[in-house]
Amino acid sequence: MNAVMTRPLSATTRTYLLEARAEFLRVWRTPGFVLPTLLFPLMFYLFFGVLLAHGAHGLQQSLYALGGLGSFGVIGPGLFGFGVGFALDRGLGWLQVKRASPMPATAYLLAKVLMAMMFSCLIAALLFAMAAFLAHVSLERSQWAALGLTLVLGCVPFCALGLAVGAWVKPQAAPAAVNLLYLPMSFLSGLWMPLQFLPAFMQKLAVYLPTYHLGKLAFAAIGVQPDAVLPHVAALAIFTAVFLLVAARGYRVNPPSNG
Amino acid sequence: MPTDTAQTIARLEGVSKRYGAVQALDGLDLDIQRGEVLALLGPNGAGKTTTVSLLLGLIRPDAGQVSLFGLDPAERAGRERSGAMLQVSRLPEVITLREHIELFSSYYPHPLPLEETLALSGLTEIAGRRYGGLSGGQQQRLKFALALCGDPEVLFLDEPTVGLDVDTRREFWNVIRARVAKGTTVLLTTHYLEEADALADRIAVVDHGTIIAADSPAEIKSRTAGKRIRCVTGLAPEAVARLPEVKDVTRHGAALEILAARAEPVVRALLAQDAGLSDLEVSGVGLEQAFLALTRQPRKEAA
Repeated sequence: MNAVMTRPLSATTRTYLLEARAEFLRVWRTPGFVLPTLLFPLMFYLFFGVLLAHGAHGLQQSLYALGGLGSFGVIGPGLFGFGVGFALDRGLGWLQVKRASPMPATAYLLAKVLMAMMFSCLIAALLFAMAAFLAHVSLERSQWAALGLTLVLGCVPFCALGLAVGAWVKPQAAPAAVNLLYLPMSFLSGLWMPLQFLPAFMQKLAVYLPTYHLGKLAFAAIGVQPDAVLPHVAALAIFTAVFLLVAARGYRVNPPSNG
Repeated sequence: MPTDTAQTIARLEGVSKRYGAVQALDGLDLDIQRGEVLALLGPNGAGKTTTVSLLLGLIRPDAGQVSLFGLDPAERAGRERSGAMLQVSRLPEVITLREHIELFSSYYPHPLPLEETLALSGLTEIAGRRYGGLSGGQQQRLKFALALCGDPEVLFLDEPTVGLDVDTRREFWNVIRARVAKGTTVLLTTHYLEEADALADRIAVVDHGTIIAADSPAEIKSRTAGKRIRCVTGLAPEAVARLPEVKDVTRHGAALEILAARAEPVVRALLAQDAGLSDLEVSGVGLEQAFLALTRQPRKEAA
């Protein structure tokens, strides 16, 4: 007899879907998560992309804000939903309850990634609608698609960063830690305003931030700053790998507790 | 590999586990037999939760062997046949009971129907409520439902009624008893002798990381039964402790409190040795006091 009974594929798929649904609902029903993740990018776009975007460079500014704030937007679910959520699960016992059950370990992590992607889709769709109907941005269908894909996949490195933060930081401190990363990183990477408005030394610093490379990909997708895609994808892959290593180390040093 | 009819569900042999300076388990041996309700009884910090965590594969022993269904507890196969109710601070609060149970049921190969899990844990009426809006007793019942939903052969219940008031605790016992009647094996940890007595077929008393007694509730109770003698005396507690039949001596201000298997020989000896002895009182021993005596931990006050 085989010691390990293989689960039917449909049962496994169902577990993954239910797990992802539960993760999504958790974030969706928590105002402290959903307001900063959904409203901040939309609000900023209303200011920078619509209300303040007029005159000769108005349309250019609306486009820039679409790429920049789109990137800013999809970082949020990874850091808040994934990162803070993981810190809570690890520190207050929920992860222990799950580990004591036969939950497939991958379901837990994948569900959180799917949750972040669902939110990224939502943020991208809302921003696209604002850009098209309020700022009158018009793009090729392929450009919309390229930006959408960049943003939805672009949340993944920040899930890894969230995992790393959540593995090291105490649950109570996690929201503050995440905000300390989120806002300065976005600003210093030129997601809110072009880097040339920042002091030269700060511009040089940007290349060491994962947010910068996501922004570059987003801008390239809609032709704001045509650029080679591969180096930025490679940079994000390296960041993701480093974050995962940091997370794995943190998980060993701070194992899940019953809280 | 043991078959499904094996009588031993879980086994710990010579298991030690240390957390920093704290020796949580110190050569602990324990078997759980199919169909029994085994209560692990002991004060806080005795090693009860560590024992459960080892059986669930949440932690690894420093020394000794742990097996569940003859397998390493880290293997998923064992967890598919067991359910666990842990002492944890917080479950996701914005998820409804139905959503929680539906998700957990999906982890198991042969889960109970959702409505049955709800009914067995007494949650049918409030299935649509979010976890965060529940009372303490209802939250415990959800944790029980999550342990139960996979129709497990063995349930691990770590302090299932801690923090509940007396009525809620008794209600919860009935929920557990209903499951036991179906033949489910249960390992229960508790620091209430009353709870162990109410639910268990066998009680293992654990203290400082080892089992100091394991027997039927009746036997454990008879072994701890005795009398409490209280008096004001000039005798040193150490001298009194050496008298035959004395199990434990504690000082309460001017008075000594003596636990003894039988009162008469002790009282006779006390009066013979101290003519000035006064305020003599003899009474029966409460269960908690009996348990304290069994762990042979001299304590200043019954905490």
